[in-house]
Amino acid sequence: MISGLTVSERHLALFVLGALALTGLAMAVAGRGDPLAVHGYIVLVFSVGLGFAVLSALFDPEPPESRLSEYYDDPTRAGIILSLAWAVAGMFVGVWVAALLAWPELTFVDSAWASFGRLRPVHTSGVIFGFGGNALIATSFHVLQRTCRARLPGQFAPWFVLIGYNLFCLIAATGYLMGMTQSKEYAEPEWYADLWLVVVWVVYFLIYIRTLQRRKEPHIYVANWYYMAFILVVAVLHIVNNLAVPVSFGHAKSYSLFSGVQDAMTQWWYGHNAVAFFLTAGFLGMMYYYLPKRAERPIFSYRLSIISFWGITFMYMWAGAHHLHYTALPQWVQTLGMTFSIVLLVPSWASAGNALATLNGAWHKVRDDATLRFMMVAAVFYGLSTFEGSFMAIRAVNSLSHYTDWTVGHVHAGALGWVAMITFGSLYALVPWMWKQERMYSPKLIELHFWLALAGTVVYVFAMWNSGIIQGLMWRTYNDSGTLAYSFIDSLVAMHPYYIARAFGGLLFLCGAVVCAFNVWMTIRMARRARAAEPAGDVPLYGKAGAAPAGE
Amino acid sequence: MEIEHNSVVAFAKSWGLFYLIALAAGVVIYALWPGNRKRFDRAKKSILDKDDRPGD
Repeated sequence: MISGLTVSERHLALFVLGALALTGLAMAVAGRGDPLAVHGYIVLVFSVGLGFAVLSALFDPEPPESRLSEYYDDPTRAGIILSLAWAVAGMFVGVWVAALLAWPELTFVDSAWASFGRLRPVHTSGVIFGFGGNALIATSFHVLQRTCRARLPGQFAPWFVLIGYNLFCLIAATGYLMGMTQSKEYAEPEWYADLWLVVVWVVYFLIYIRTLQRRKEPHIYVANWYYMAFILVVAVLHIVNNLAVPVSFGHAKSYSLFSGVQDAMTQWWYGHNAVAFFLTAGFLGMMYYYLPKRAERPIFSYRLSIISFWGITFMYMWAGAHHLHYTALPQWVQTLGMTFSIVLLVPSWASAGNALATLNGAWHKVRDDATLRFMMVAAVFYGLSTFEGSFMAIRAVNSLSHYTDWTVGHVHAGALGWVAMITFGSLYALVPWMWKQERMYSPKLIELHFWLALAGTVVYVFAMWNSGIIQGLMWRTYNDSGTLAYSFIDSLVAMHPYYIARAFGGLLFLCGAVVCAFNVWMTIRMARRARAAEPAGDVPLYGKAGAAPAGE
Repeated sequence: MEIEHNSVVAFAKSWGLFYLIALAAGVVIYALWPGNRKRFDRAKKSILDKDDRPGD
């Protein structure tokens, strides 16, 4: 893969890695004794290791000119593998923390890093940023090139984005284990990791803009609008919410520029839009490309897709305040957040309906093809969880649901049912195209994964609905003398069976992800064997590209 | 000029309404404009092409 870079790109890579290694060294020196120093060493080892990899291929010949008449898919392939590795790791930690909730005595590793509070963000960041983010980057490069009919402008920048982003994820996860956090949901990493992500993200956006400038199609396909909204808005959110002043340049800790209820408002403006633009817009981009492609039918209504795009973009921005009902936040801001959350149902259902209407007339394909079924179920869960979200944003409903497991159930209906399902569906469609195979290694394993994922999601969500509503009701039940009828510990005992069920549902989902990783691995091996058997050696099989028939 | 909380609230409560309605109207007009039909139809069908190479 490194010999696919031009010689000057290899030099640029070495230069950037050298600068990064020096930064890591500076962090290690300045951070003496601080956790920052540990991160300095991680950055140093990471960049020196990659530097050796680049050096080993430094004197390889220039890649052939013919590469310019093909798409550049190496970063996409690497991104798919990284995404699945994070999926397995992140979901494993998820099952671990779920088990800790069900059986607290399971804390068999008696050290701080293995406590619930440190492992939980490893799970959330691992699955959202590690699994979801890598899948978004990998698929966005693929979709961008195909819908523009243009190759990525350079070969270095996409690698910089993919590897730089994974360095951010690594710094984030290791930081949590050392106890470092900004205590902001989905924005836990400290200031230096945040600064690094800004650099990576700006390069990501530039790749998008530069490829769009080179496009051969007159119109920018709707999937690209969703991916661009994802990139642009996440940049804005990330920068504003992470405005902070570090204690010193040699110290990992920083203090937010905001305080009190303004900090809370900024955080949930960020937090809810992270759900909107990271976990929704980007994955809708995936859906609008891979679903029609796999079903071999154009999207039901292109016009509706445009209307729902702008609806989602402009309304989600105002919905964050529904996370702060009954707090010090001004009442009118809470009402604003609630109202926009309800109106949001319109563009959300427009997208879900558009996806399902696209499949109308192709139900036999949905029946026979588990890959397409993943996407169909994702659209259904998208519709269900956006309805549930609008409903829970209503202040009166929120008084029952807030701080209970209902919220956890809602998040997982979206994350497992919608985000993970559309990702797995898209990856199953994409992997055979990327490795020039007719189909995945085993369609039966896709089928197995589908049922594991669906059963896991349903078990998880139902467990949390039950547990959440029981919690909410127990917390608001008064006795005759006007005091609370149940103590907190009573509600905890009542939740125990549901926590066991939740851990079991999560385990099923994890098993599905492992099956997927195995299937993808075997497909890659199949491709390697086929290439080795070719008389001409490792000449790629361009003729078969993108021609894998759906329904295989 | 000092920006007071109340003046920001008043601005948001009045002009916010008009700006969002104007935006919604603009998007609907753009999406339904008859002249755009051909481009949209091409866009939605062209992704199904099996040719997997950049255009010239």
